[in-house]
Amino acid sequence: MTNRIIVDPVTRIEGHLRIDCEINEGKVSKAWASGQMWRGIELILQGRDPRDAWVFAQRICGVCTTVHAITSVRAVENALDLEVPLNAQYIRNMIMAAHALHDHIVHFYHLSALDWVDIVSALDADPKQAAQLAQSLSDWHLNSEQEMRAVQDRLKTFVSSGQLGIFANGYWGHPAMKLPPEVNLLAAAHYLQALEYQRKANKIVTILGSKTPHIQNLAVGGVANAINLDSPSTLGMERLAYIKTLIDEIGAFVRNAYLVDVAAIGALYADWTQYGAGITNYLSVPDMPLDTKGTKFALPGGYVHGGDLASFKAITSYTDSYFEQGVKESVKHAWYEGGKGALHPYDGETIPQYTDFQDEGKYSWVKAPTFYDERAQVGPLANVLAMAAAGHGSTTHWLDYALNLVGTVAGSEIPVSALHSTIGRHAARAVRAAVLYDALNEQWQLLMDNIASGDLDTFNRPVFPKGEIRGFGFHEAPRGVLSHWVVIEDGRIKNYQAVVPTTWNAGPRDENDAIGPYEASLMDNPVADPEKPLEVLRTVHSFDPCLACAVHLVDTENNELIKVRAL
Amino acid sequence: MTGIPDRNPAPRILVLGLGNILLSDEGVGARLAARLARDFSFDGNVEVIDGGTSGMELLEPIAECDVLIVVDAVKTGKAPGTLVRLTGNAVPAFFMNKVSPHQVALSDVLASLRLTGEYPGEVIIHGIEPESLATGLELTHTVGARRDELLANVLEDLERLGHRPRRFTPHSSAA
Repeated sequence: MTNRIIVDPVTRIEGHLRIDCEINEGKVSKAWASGQMWRGIELILQGRDPRDAWVFAQRICGVCTTVHAITSVRAVENALDLEVPLNAQYIRNMIMAAHALHDHIVHFYHLSALDWVDIVSALDADPKQAAQLAQSLSDWHLNSEQEMRAVQDRLKTFVSSGQLGIFANGYWGHPAMKLPPEVNLLAAAHYLQALEYQRKANKIVTILGSKTPHIQNLAVGGVANAINLDSPSTLGMERLAYIKTLIDEIGAFVRNAYLVDVAAIGALYADWTQYGAGITNYLSVPDMPLDTKGTKFALPGGYVHGGDLASFKAITSYTDSYFEQGVKESVKHAWYEGGKGALHPYDGETIPQYTDFQDEGKYSWVKAPTFYDERAQVGPLANVLAMAAAGHGSTTHWLDYALNLVGTVAGSEIPVSALHSTIGRHAARAVRAAVLYDALNEQWQLLMDNIASGDLDTFNRPVFPKGEIRGFGFHEAPRGVLSHWVVIEDGRIKNYQAVVPTTWNAGPRDENDAIGPYEASLMDNPVADPEKPLEVLRTVHSFDPCLACAVHLVDTENNELIKVRAL
Repeated sequence: MTGIPDRNPAPRILVLGLGNILLSDEGVGARLAARLARDFSFDGNVEVIDGGTSGMELLEPIAECDVLIVVDAVKTGKAPGTLVRLTGNAVPAFFMNKVSPHQVALSDVLASLRLTGEYPGEVIIHGIEPESLATGLELTHTVGARRDELLANVLEDLERLGHRPRRFTPHSSAA
């Protein structure tokens, strides 16, 4: 017997993702991912000054403000062939790393851990045993019995106050919840600590970006930060020292709590290494430029085909034609006028054409991107696999560390191939967080050394030529490859397209009717109870979906409470 | 002013304008915050933030305030341009019923602050019913026409709480 279920919306933040599944004998046999908002940012930018595009671009999404801002200035700089001073690169790199650390921590603990962790079960835990377990896994200073007991008391007060409903996505007591009470308590303790540490990461963004949630320090050609080591009102010694303190505090949490928790929870849910692989072509881009032109990067990126690390092909610069020429978007199954086949972003069109939800026709506001006509998965997993394939030292170190820890807890050796899975995406994100901590430290030191050498430059003035120029900018954002594509004519924007991570992952069927990464990852997922499709949420949430980026208009008429419909 | 240490320091107030400025009336709250910050000066206990559609980035400033004043476009089904002011028990209901397009993010932040015990002592919501959420940088005429009233309502709350923001004039900034 075939059941159809609809989960709408799926995301706790920036909603509007609808997932339809056909379920056959307790497993997903067919899936559709649908973005339920229209995208229109491109139209707003047409005719505007390219130097202002980033200010508008960072309003696309409340979660990804800085990443759109940075990618936008990179696209315009690329069109102008404009170099960016080293200090500006380092400052941007630090903002990106701090933002990504914030994002990864929040995603795991606050937006997806409750798919795996049963908060109510934590009330039954023995705090002493929870502390012993925690101390056997890491020497994190906030793993004491006292801490566990305090957290449990706080949870008791919270649960008895009847406020639990605010975690509306939690399926308490679901048969797929398998952690012992002590692990649930440990995770709950770190959930609360994570609230504190994500604030520290955000503080770095605030200091360097002059403001948050919308940074103000960017400019096409560099950054607007004034550097003067002796002045407290500019970026000086005192602030740089404070940033270093914050970096180390966040790093300690990532290495001793986040990475360890993901390894332990992953080991206890080892069956989830068999579900959710989906599309195993992985696309990521290099990031953290180390020179003014963007030809050397601290973090590698590129394309891994068919899950085979030996197939890795690196993307090597901001003018990389392999990347530039490989990207296309199809609207055959999206609510836009089409008929021209898949189009390159420079030629992309965004003309809405709404039909109903048609299983075999159009059913989403998200376009379907391809890389050399193949679907690709993007995100931390794609990036970690690329960095591992490139032999990146810090990545290799933390990936080995994580897999060994999982193996120790699970009692069996865990191969790298286990990462092609729902739980693998969480593991890769935690590994990437540890790598980002190393990278953030390195960028801080590079900035200090460069300033000490007497270089205080932060900005090169852009000059726009007559006639038409075009360019692209990319960024390895927390959710994966983000690229902006701009066509400029006589100093004004003629066309603008943003191909965002969630578009890659959440896109509908493509020009060849092939399913996208979300859809593919859901195939054969078990579903114990169609009324409570926790397993579907686990797999979709593992991508860290953010639909406000993928499609850009809020439709409150469709904006109802989270609902699951079994048909 | 008596020299006696103040045992009850003035409450710290956060005026938080929310909304997406790319979606016409959706951005009314964010625009109001930007206007407040541009045209008025506040004493040290009042902070004004254009929060856009952010989520967890707002945890820090909200955790640090005693009174949270949210300004936002809200869908209540009333006529476009209708102003609403919600306080007390109406606030949790507001967040449960998804009246605002971005409360999903804000409600997560507030839920977290319940857990950490940092929930603001008082939450006030100033809402305005949008007419259009279409892509565009301008407010509709209907909503734009009520902007001054919405601003006056926020200033009134600030005054009730003991703050009288000073409006910048060309003379005062030149002085």
